[in-house]
Amino acid sequence: MIADALLSALPVLPIVIPLTTAALSLLFWRSLAAQRVLGFLGAICLLAAAIALLLEVDRDGIRVLQAGGWEAPFGISFVVDRFSAIMTVLAGIVGLATFAYSPGSVEGRRQRLLYYPLLSVLLAGVCGAFLTGDLFNLYVWFEVLLMSSFVLLALGGTPLQIEGAIKYVTLNLLSSALFLIAAGLVYGSLGTLNMADIAMKVRAGEHPDATTAVSVLLMTAFAIKAAAFPLFFWLPASYHTPPFAVSAIFAGLLTKVGVYAMVRAFTTMFVQDVGFTHTILLVGAGLTMVVGVLGAAAQQEFRRVLSFHIVSQIGYMLMGLALFTPLALAGTVFYVMHHIVVKANLFLVAGLAHGLRGTSSLKVAGRISLYRSAPLVCAVFLIAALSLAGVPPLSGFFAKFVLLEAGAEQGSWTIVAVAAAVGLLTLFSMTKIWAEAFWKGPAAGDPPPFPISEARGREDLPPGRTMVATTVVLAALTVLIGVFAGPIFELAERTAAELLDGEAYIRAVLGDGVAVAKGGPA
Amino acid sequence: MNLLFAAIAGILFACGTYLMLRRSILRLVMGLALIGHAANLVIFTAAGLKRTGPAIIPPGEEVLPATAADPVPQALILTAIVISFGVIAFAVVLVSRVWAVAGTDDTSAFSEQEPEASP
Repeated sequence: MIADALLSALPVLPIVIPLTTAALSLLFWRSLAAQRVLGFLGAICLLAAAIALLLEVDRDGIRVLQAGGWEAPFGISFVVDRFSAIMTVLAGIVGLATFAYSPGSVEGRRQRLLYYPLLSVLLAGVCGAFLTGDLFNLYVWFEVLLMSSFVLLALGGTPLQIEGAIKYVTLNLLSSALFLIAAGLVYGSLGTLNMADIAMKVRAGEHPDATTAVSVLLMTAFAIKAAAFPLFFWLPASYHTPPFAVSAIFAGLLTKVGVYAMVRAFTTMFVQDVGFTHTILLVGAGLTMVVGVLGAAAQQEFRRVLSFHIVSQIGYMLMGLALFTPLALAGTVFYVMHHIVVKANLFLVAGLAHGLRGTSSLKVAGRISLYRSAPLVCAVFLIAALSLAGVPPLSGFFAKFVLLEAGAEQGSWTIVAVAAAVGLLTLFSMTKIWAEAFWKGPAAGDPPPFPISEARGREDLPPGRTMVATTVVLAALTVLIGVFAGPIFELAERTAAELLDGEAYIRAVLGDGVAVAKGGPA
Repeated sequence: MNLLFAAIAGILFACGTYLMLRRSILRLVMGLALIGHAANLVIFTAAGLKRTGPAIIPPGEEVLPATAADPVPQALILTAIVISFGVIAFAVVLVSRVWAVAGTDDTSAFSEQEPEASP
C-alpha cells in the first residue's frame, strides 16, 4: 500500500524528500545534532530514490507524473528521462558528501544559522530543476535553489563573503529576469509552457523566427547560470568566499543546473534552427574553455584556480551539446557525470589542505608539507586533479576523449584543437597547485601563516576523519567511473539517443495520440 | 496599445540598467527591482492585450466564454511578483549588511580586496 504510493510518486520523491528534511530540521532548530542526523538521513534517502528512479527509467523509459492529476499541457508535468535521473543521482551524491563533510568543517556559529535546512532546500531546488517538464516551473525551481544559495553564500557575513554575495546575487537575478521574460515570450508565441508541448509546436514549425529569437534569450539566461563565456564573471568572484563545504556543493551542482537547462532547451525543445543556435553554442564553448583556463593560470589562490577551471570545464560540456551528434551528446552526459564528482571533491580537498596548511594561498608557504605529513590527502588530490586534466585511465580522460572523437568525426578541427590544448593547460594549473600547496613545505626562513593555537575558526584547524573519508569516497568514485567507463558510457549513449528523440519525449508526456511533425534536427 | 506597453517596458529596462551601473549598491538593488517589473510587463504584453472579461464560466454554461481573459499570464506574473518580493527583501538585507561591515554602499570600496586578506 505504502510501497505502491511511494512507487507512483517516485518521479517527485527527490523533491519531496529534501523538502521534508528541511521542514523536520526546522522543528529541531535548537539541536544541531538532530539537524545533522536528519540532513544526512535525508540525503541518503534522496540518493536511494534517485538511484531507484534511474534504474526504472533506464529499464522502462520516460516516467511522467502530472501534478494534481491535471492533464498535460494544462497542469505541471514532472518528466524523468535518463538525463534527468542521472543528474538527480549526481545531486544525491554531492548532497550526501556535503552533509557528511559539513559538521567537521563549517564553523559552529554558521551551522546554527539554519545551515542544514538551507542545504536541504538547495537540494530540493536542484532536483526540482532536473525533474520538471514545465518551463515556468523550471524558473520557480531556479528561484528556490538561488534563494537558498544566496543565504548559504552570505551566511556568516564576513566582508569577503558579502562582496562575493553582491556579485553573485546581482548577476543571478539578472539571469532570472531574462529567463522570466523568455518564458513569457514563449507563452506569447507558442501559447504553452509545457516542454513537451513546446517541443511539438516547434517541430510543427510554428513561428520559427520568433522561436529562434526567444531561444537565444533563453540561451543567454542559461549561459549566465552555467557561467559560460562571456557571462561567467560572477563565479570566480564568489565561489572562493563561503565555507569549503558550501563552495563544494555550489561547484558540483549549481552551474550544472545551467548546463542541464541548456541541454534540455537545445535538444528537447528548440531544434528549429540548429545551424544558427548551435553554432553560437560552439563558439561560446571554445571561448569558455580558453578564457577559463587562462584565467586560472593567473590565480594564486586554491579555490580561485578551481573556480576558473569550473568555467573552462563548462566549455567542454557545451561543446558536446553544440556538436549535436549522438556521440557528442553522450560525451556531454559522461562529462557532466565525471565533472560533478571530481569538482565537488577538489573543493572539499581544498578545505582539507586549508585546514592542514593554515592558508589557501599558493604564494605563501603553509604550516607543513602535505606531501610529507598527509599522503592520503595528497593522493586524493592527485586522483581528482589528474582526472580533471584528463589523464588516463581516470574518468576525465574518457570524457575528453569522447568529445574529441565526436569533434573529429564532424570535422570541427578548431574546437578539437582548442579542447586538447585546454586539457594540457589544465594539467599545468593542477601541477601549480600540486607544487605550491602539496609539495612545498615551510622553508627554514619562512614565517608560518600562524600557529594552530591562533586559528581564527574551525576551517583553519586540521580536518577530522569524516571529512577525509568523504573525499576518499569521492575519489574512489572517480576511479570507479574510470574503471567502469564502458557500461557508464553505454548509459550515456542511451541518454543521448533519448535526448535526440524528441518524439518519444512528446508522446510520453502528451499521450500516444498526438501527431509529431518529422521536422527537427536536420 | 502594444507599442505603448513595449515602450514602457523598454524605458523600465533602461532605467534599471542605468541604476545597476551606478556605484551605489542601494541603486543596484533598485535597478534589479525595476528590471523585475519590466519583465512582468513584457509577459503581460506578450500574452496579448485584449479587452476581455474575467475568466469565469457563467452559470449554466460548460465552457469559458470567448471573451474571457487568459488567466495563465496573470498567474505567471503573480508568481513572479511574489518571488521577486522575497528576492528583493533578501537583497535589501544584504545592502544593510554591506553598510554594517563596510560603512559605505559604494561598490568600489570592495573591488580591491585580495583573497589573501580574508580571514
